Amino acid sequence: MSRYFTAEDGGAAASFDELEAGLLRAYAEQMLELIDAREGTGATAEDLIASAFREGPTERPDDPALARLFPDAYTDLGPDGDAQAASAEFRRYTEDDLRARKRDDAQAVIRSLEALAPEGRRRKTLRLKPDECRQWLGALNDLRLVLASRLEIVDEEDFEALMDLDDDDPRVPLVYSYGWLTTLQDTLVEAMMRSL
Amino acid sequence: MRCAAAVETERAATPSETVAPDVPWITLVHNDPVNLMSYVAYVFQSYFGYSEAKANQLMLDVHNKGRAVVSSGTREEMERDVQAMHGYGLWATLRQDR
Repeated sequence: MSRYFTAEDGGAAASFDELEAGLLRAYAEQMLELIDAREGTGATAEDLIASAFREGPTERPDDPALARLFPDAYTDLGPDGDAQAASAEFRRYTEDDLRARKRDDAQAVIRSLEALAPEGRRRKTLRLKPDECRQWLGALNDLRLVLASRLEIVDEEDFEALMDLDDDDPRVPLVYSYGWLTTLQDTLVEAMMRSL
Repeated sequence: MRCAAAVETERAATPSETVAPDVPWITLVHNDPVNLMSYVAYVFQSYFGYSEAKANQLMLDVHNKGRAVVSSGTREEMERDVQAMHGYGLWATLRQDR
């Protein structure tokens, strides 16, 4: 079975060994931590109760990775418009839902890999239903956005430069992970295109 | 396909006084070096229901020109589309089509 996704029964399938499954699960868990690191938006029972009685956040996140996951909706409202105020208003009513979706997607990945639980180098095949494919696609994309932000990939040239790093550069493992996640996502899109 | 929280979005959509009422609004998707071309085309097909040819053309416009107008309509509709694009992880903004 392929290390990358192929179309299967309207969904998709790929195989993982223990190391790969553990790595991807660790990334998804860190994604949950990052999302919850947004002040006052955690996932404890108290946070959830509190969030039902308050409005959503209005400030763009300071962390560039979070700012990419939760971008401004308005950058240009003309000379008389106030894009910042409009973005804050949009954020107040949408960011909590966006955060919930990103949490759900990351948790779907964790659930799939927990259930798969491959041992050692023996690969096990993960089969995803169409709904799970969509969640995986979202989670893989979010992870790549965060990794790219940490690697400071701002334009195409930045990425090319990362391909030529010295072997002892501390960014090498992250670049490797980014490439792996990219191929996983690309093959999953291709598999899903077949069932559109 | 998800399109959550339409009700909440509408509350955010009160037009400011400086906005000309008759000019339509547009949703722009901006290029970035992370989102895969295949993924962007997939999103345009599955969310907007565009044909493969139209989705690919829009994706190429984003890639080559830095951004593309992917939908137009009322401010409320465009806020919904922008919210959906953010859900997919694409960088989208809305503005009036001046």
